[in-house]
Amino acid sequence: MIAELGQLSLALAACLALTAAAAGLFAHGPGTQLLRQSTVSMVVGQFVFAALAFAALVYSFATDDFSVSYVATHSNSLLPLPYKISATWGGHEGSFLLWILIMTIWMLLLTLRRDNYPVRFFSRVLGTMSLMNLGFLCFALFTSNPFERLIPMTPVDGADLNPLLQDFGLIVHPPLLYAGYVGLSVPFSFAVAALLEKRVDAAWARWSRPWTNFAWAFLSVGIALGSWWAYYELGWGGWWFWDPVENASFMPWLAATALIHSLAVTEKRGTFKSWTLLLAIAGFSLSLLGAFIVRSGVLTSVHAFAVDPERGMYILIFLGAVVGGSLTLYGLRAYGERADVGFKILSREFFMLINNVILVVSLAVVMWGTLAPIGYEALSGGRISIGVPFFNMFFVPLMLLLGVAVALVPVLNWKRTPWQSIKSTLTAVLPVSVLLGGVWWYTTDPKSAGVLAALIIALWIVFTHLLDLVKRLRQSRRLPLAYVGMSLAHIGFAVSVLGIAITATQSVEEDVRMAPNDVTALGIEEVRFLGVREVQGPNYVAQQGVFVVTNGNRTFELRPEKRRYLAGGNIMTEAGIDAGLFADTYISLGEPLGGGAWAVRLHYKPMVRWIWLGALLFAFGGMLAVMDKRYRKLRTRRDVAIKAALGSGTAG
Amino acid sequence: MNPKRKSRLYLALFLLVAVAGTTAALMVAMEENINMFYPPDQVVDGTAPLERTIRAGGMVKAGSVSRDPESLQVEFTITDHLGSDFIVSFTGILPDLFREGQGIIVQGELDQQGKFMAREVLAKHDENYMPPELMDMVAESGKNAEAKAAAKATP
Repeated sequence: MIAELGQLSLALAACLALTAAAAGLFAHGPGTQLLRQSTVSMVVGQFVFAALAFAALVYSFATDDFSVSYVATHSNSLLPLPYKISATWGGHEGSFLLWILIMTIWMLLLTLRRDNYPVRFFSRVLGTMSLMNLGFLCFALFTSNPFERLIPMTPVDGADLNPLLQDFGLIVHPPLLYAGYVGLSVPFSFAVAALLEKRVDAAWARWSRPWTNFAWAFLSVGIALGSWWAYYELGWGGWWFWDPVENASFMPWLAATALIHSLAVTEKRGTFKSWTLLLAIAGFSLSLLGAFIVRSGVLTSVHAFAVDPERGMYILIFLGAVVGGSLTLYGLRAYGERADVGFKILSREFFMLINNVILVVSLAVVMWGTLAPIGYEALSGGRISIGVPFFNMFFVPLMLLLGVAVALVPVLNWKRTPWQSIKSTLTAVLPVSVLLGGVWWYTTDPKSAGVLAALIIALWIVFTHLLDLVKRLRQSRRLPLAYVGMSLAHIGFAVSVLGIAITATQSVEEDVRMAPNDVTALGIEEVRFLGVREVQGPNYVAQQGVFVVTNGNRTFELRPEKRRYLAGGNIMTEAGIDAGLFADTYISLGEPLGGGAWAVRLHYKPMVRWIWLGALLFAFGGMLAVMDKRYRKLRTRRDVAIKAALGSGTAG
Repeated sequence: MNPKRKSRLYLALFLLVAVAGTTAALMVAMEENINMFYPPDQVVDGTAPLERTIRAGGMVKAGSVSRDPESLQVEFTITDHLGSDFIVSFTGILPDLFREGQGIIVQGELDQQGKFMAREVLAKHDENYMPPELMDMVAESGKNAEAKAAAKATP
């Protein structure tokens, strides 16, 4: 009964999405005021019904209703309750329902801020969002219904959730990642509304910026969490695999990063307008492309859901309609959006341009590496895969180049920068960074030119931003939050670069056979294997290895496990990790080799945490910028304007 | 030429160089890092090149896995259940879902004797997930499909 209510709610949400889209986008003639005003309540309605549908599915999971096919294939009565609830988004159908719920939450948040925007512009934003949501709802209802029943063949127990997903990571990673993916529909809708309303101006850019930052910050945290999860859960000790599905989330992130910077130029200087519009369209389109890659099964990936060509076809058509429709609108309306604002080479604008070019080139590389295998198969029928070196070959130089641009940001002015203000960073800060970076590099082993460059550039970024913050603090007591946010984000980028450079080159990895009481040297550490014992979990039995690690005068124990899950008989590796700010020790069990000996994987990973720490920093920076007074003042300014208008008797 | 046109020309040139450079670099990188996939019959009949990094895949033949007791070296046979088999040699830790009868993909090189020296062994991560490379093969080997259907039908 509950499941049927859930399905009914979904259908009602779809009806409301249809009417809201029609009212928001088209009700602009005389006598349609009431209809237009009701768009907001129809949007709230979409949220209410999506939330009801989602609650119905959660309820079906919590109560072990295995007559619902999706529950039967993704849960089991032995599963601990938190995992039963997070299993709601542990498969294709339910995760898409989460996607829809998050879409309606973004719309709801928009309606809370509706006084900040002109009425007609805003109803077009809501109309565009509702139209997208309608597409998602139809996809769920017609191809991926999570409420389908298994009657009369109701199974006694469920098939269990994939053990890889029985983890804290599943609770937090998808919701945050989807908040980012779907959040990119907000700048997209603002761009569409701006084109429809023919007001591609600085105000539009200012309205767009907080939402873009917000969505981008969620996407950043979502991706970082996914990387951290893969690191500790897959048992390989890797943190990024250039897997098609990772790339699927990385592409919209790169577009959104470019968009944030391009929006800044559009707001402050009134240029880059067409480019900003294109990036806004690209960001959301790439989110959809990501959904296609993950959900259609066209690509080999550890994330891919079970294959269903019908779903892939639907998303592809939807993607085509969204890209085609928005680009057509862009082609019709964006022409003539030019600004006669010049700038010199030594200016913020020019370096923003460089930033955007580098990010878009990176995006092109990832896209090529991800889609080329599909194209090759379609053309020749053969199958290929593109190796990790392909991506690294491009990303190392591109990101270092980007780093140089980032390091120069604090000393660059808009429009033009006198040579004098750049001189100090080149003649003082850069040499200090080179010196410190060089000393650091001297301690690394093996040494590589890439690491030297990364160390110098990262230190340079940190120093220039810190120096500038101090300088500004001296000049005035209060710093704008947007500026602090930007500095934090750039320092975060440097922190990630340091983490990546050091982890990628300085890690020690040993795959060895170890019998009880064997000792293996792992870099500066010594690992002793004591043996394996059996332990019992809530829904698994595990072989638990006991290792004693000695590092100087510090000794600690690690207990990696090999688990066998009772419901499906799946085997899973649970790594033993000693996490530290400056190094992780990571041990995972391979397989028993007889006589008490095991295949064991030992990792020593210096500074691996910095990769995710940096991501958290830059996401936090993005959020902080949203809190800037500039965006809050809008309302009061508008109120003043309205009051003035009423006072002079020209209201209406 | 007026300054506006001049700056636009520079911009256009800059973009052109960037696009051309990227494309050229992509082509070169592709050449070196592309890995073709070969099913067992093409590995056996010599279609697959020797001593080049390639991918191959199929089912792990039942009873074929043999381990060296003193190291992490392991050998097993990959088959398509249609008569084409080849031997894979690998040193290291096999993935959790590596099992006899399971579909897997190996990446590495074929040596002169036609033995596959694998650097990487990939198994599927989910019981229900099958790498697309292996889908066609499973569809062809009817025995396997029937067994699966039978397993599913039992309540």
